[in-house]
Amino acid sequence: MTGTGDHIILSTRDISKSFPGVRALKEVSCDFYAGQVNAVVGENGAGKSTLMKVICGIYPDFEGSITLEGEPVAFTNPREAEQQGIAIIHQELNLIPQLTVGENIFLGREPVSRLGFIDYRKMYGDSSELLQRLRLNVAPDTSVSKLRVGQQQIVEIAKALSSDAGILIMDEPTSAISEHEIDILFELIDSLREQGVTIIYISHKLDELFRIADHVNILRDGRLIDSSRIRDITRDEIVRKMVGRDIEEFFVKEVVDFGEEILRVIDLSLQHPTRPDGYLVKEVSFSVRKGEVMGIFGLMGAGRSELLECVFGVHPGESTGKIFLDGRIVRIDSPHTAIRAGIGLVPEDRALEGLILGMSVSKNISLANIQNVERSGFVNSRIENKLAAKYIDQLDIRTPSPQQIVEYLSGGNQQKVVIAKWLATNPRILMLDEPTRGIDVNAKNEIYRLISELANTGLGLIVVSSELPEILSIADRIMVLSEGRKTGEFRQAQASEEVLMKAAIPRSM
Amino acid sequence: MAKFDYKSYLMRFQSLIALVLMIIIMSFLSEKFLTVENTWNVMRQISVNVCISVGMTLVILTAGIDLSVGSILAFAGAVTAGLLKNGVEIPAANLYVGFTLPGAIIAGIAVGSLLGLINGVAITRFRVPPFVATLAMLTMARGMTMLWTGGFPITGLGEAFGFLGTGWFLGIPMPVWISAIVVAVFAVITTRTRFGRYVYAIGGNEKAARLSGLNIDKIKNYVYVIAGALSAVGGLLVTARLDSAQPNAGMGYELDSIAAVVIGGTSLSGGTGSVIGTVQGALIIGVLNNGLVLLNVSPFWQQVIKGFVILLAVAIDKLNRRE
Repeated sequence: MTGTGDHIILSTRDISKSFPGVRALKEVSCDFYAGQVNAVVGENGAGKSTLMKVICGIYPDFEGSITLEGEPVAFTNPREAEQQGIAIIHQELNLIPQLTVGENIFLGREPVSRLGFIDYRKMYGDSSELLQRLRLNVAPDTSVSKLRVGQQQIVEIAKALSSDAGILIMDEPTSAISEHEIDILFELIDSLREQGVTIIYISHKLDELFRIADHVNILRDGRLIDSSRIRDITRDEIVRKMVGRDIEEFFVKEVVDFGEEILRVIDLSLQHPTRPDGYLVKEVSFSVRKGEVMGIFGLMGAGRSELLECVFGVHPGESTGKIFLDGRIVRIDSPHTAIRAGIGLVPEDRALEGLILGMSVSKNISLANIQNVERSGFVNSRIENKLAAKYIDQLDIRTPSPQQIVEYLSGGNQQKVVIAKWLATNPRILMLDEPTRGIDVNAKNEIYRLISELANTGLGLIVVSSELPEILSIADRIMVLSEGRKTGEFRQAQASEEVLMKAAIPRSM
Repeated sequence: MAKFDYKSYLMRFQSLIALVLMIIIMSFLSEKFLTVENTWNVMRQISVNVCISVGMTLVILTAGIDLSVGSILAFAGAVTAGLLKNGVEIPAANLYVGFTLPGAIIAGIAVGSLLGLINGVAITRFRVPPFVATLAMLTMARGMTMLWTGGFPITGLGEAFGFLGTGWFLGIPMPVWISAIVVAVFAVITTRTRFGRYVYAIGGNEKAARLSGLNIDKIKNYVYVIAGALSAVGGLLVTARLDSAQPNAGMGYELDSIAAVVIGGTSLSGGTGSVIGTVQGALIIGVLNNGLVLLNVSPFWQQVIKGFVILLAVAIDKLNRRE
């Protein structure tokens, strides 16, 4: 922090913003310091993303004011904010996969030759320079679809920098990339800070804050609870302020006696869709017993989700291998047959794969087993609501009513609705793919407790996670995948972060 | 909270409110409008569009589209008329098959269903986008109609058949009975059955629906079959009313149908909307058509105004939803 000192570059005063039925922000007054990493933390629904969208003009109608370098500003759209040097990198990346890296970086601001054509030489030249500055070793004429998620994120950063952004807002940039890519990203953030770029960093992963942030702003229920320099605050204090009370941060699963084996998978393989001799999953075998939580750990691209999908019958025809339930071989060629066999899958992406967002809680819960709520050929909404009420109560789903549209619930409660949907099918095996992605600390612990309780009732559980502390705390046994192959299997007592990571890192790296 | 509820209430009934407003305004502008005779007139005129649009609603709820409804209507009507009048002659086998009225009607609906099934299979099995698959069917079914009729109307179909289009039963015109039954059946199917729920789920999020064990392809096939069958029902009504199967019947009907669905609040991206909404949409278009005729507005202007109303309806809907 040389020269810049504690100079406030951007500040908000008494910002309030409402949506139908919700007050998302309440009189938030927050300062951001020039040339520093300003973290904004809070649980899901605390208002972090809303605040950012207000700042960069995505939500132009709000109460309160914003000043940039002491001047009042009011952006009516993101482009105006960009012109004033504020760029945002959203949680979900906004690149166009069919275009090249350079075309994406300069999208909407293409350099034009005298004749009015795109000046590709200048575009790719400038792109090269930017990519070099960000230490991303790809050619600017590579198609974005060929890049890994972490690399795409760096292209997003290049795009922001190409518009001379002095303030870079990053919304949970590490939620979708591997540990290795996170390290690269953090180095990059460090070097951007040295170059004088102001960074607003939204996250709810506390480890990250102590690694990169200078300042931390804590939001809860739409209010700014505290602002502090990171060195003046402890981890416990941040957690307490985020959730409003003391909680035990890490759940520890109780060890129980397992019953007999329910699921055995032998030599499961899945062909790569385009490379003829490549595999997404290669000869993976494992088993799950009653009451057991089997964890699957792996980095991005290890084939974790694909493995679960194969067991669930999503890739019939392309996958090979044998699946045994209770010692008997079963043929699973569609999700429908998987469900009938007693298998459920809570997919990785709630919004895209888990829920019908526009439908009510009760309709989502009954969807996979609607026969259950039918009487003489018609869906009986009374029975349907009763079923929903049962799970709302059992899983403590916080919703105003079973008729509430799922879209308006918080991430944690949405996840519980997905779990309820599967419990309503009376499964024997429940597979959960990244069950706590994008949900807050409190809700995470509730999900962990739920997984443990379900195991106690005799369900066999498979949990995929890319977060080491999570998998270590909830799994009885952990299988590690790397590049589609099984590279290790450990009982909880034998496992540690180092051991798992060592098994997970691809040999080709 | 109270304010919020009031607004969602308004949103839910916006097409109904628009309809009532139109009726009030029209009854001031023309004394011929709000008469018993004219009311049945409007209802009878929209009955064909209602039948087609109910099927279209299901298709659009799954985030699909069916452009072939007008051509299927024409072909099914022509098939029924042809069978009724001439039967089938197969000279090679020295065979003649005559058709009774129910037989010809069933054959017409079966033909509509079959063409719908072809749409469905093209979409689900061969992954042709619905727009393209049904655009191809629009052309093919029209061509088949021309082949079947030789390009000339088939007329003189008998009083019994004509009753379907022009008769009255218990003081209500037959086409209104038939479209009302179609509406009632499909309103119940969409809101109260597993199939209906699955239709909404597929349009809401196809991937999540698939991972919940739904057989997406089968459900979509059914939806396109239903759309084809209901187009055929529309074809029967048109043919019966005119006592003639016209080779160019139903041209452009797909547009009126999509308009009714969209004005009725069903989203083209699927997952939200209702059969009852579509009926309101069809009524709005019907009242508008009727009103413009009563007011002696030139047919050219009628088209301009109708198009504008569609634009307005959807724009208002979008604006309301964004708030």
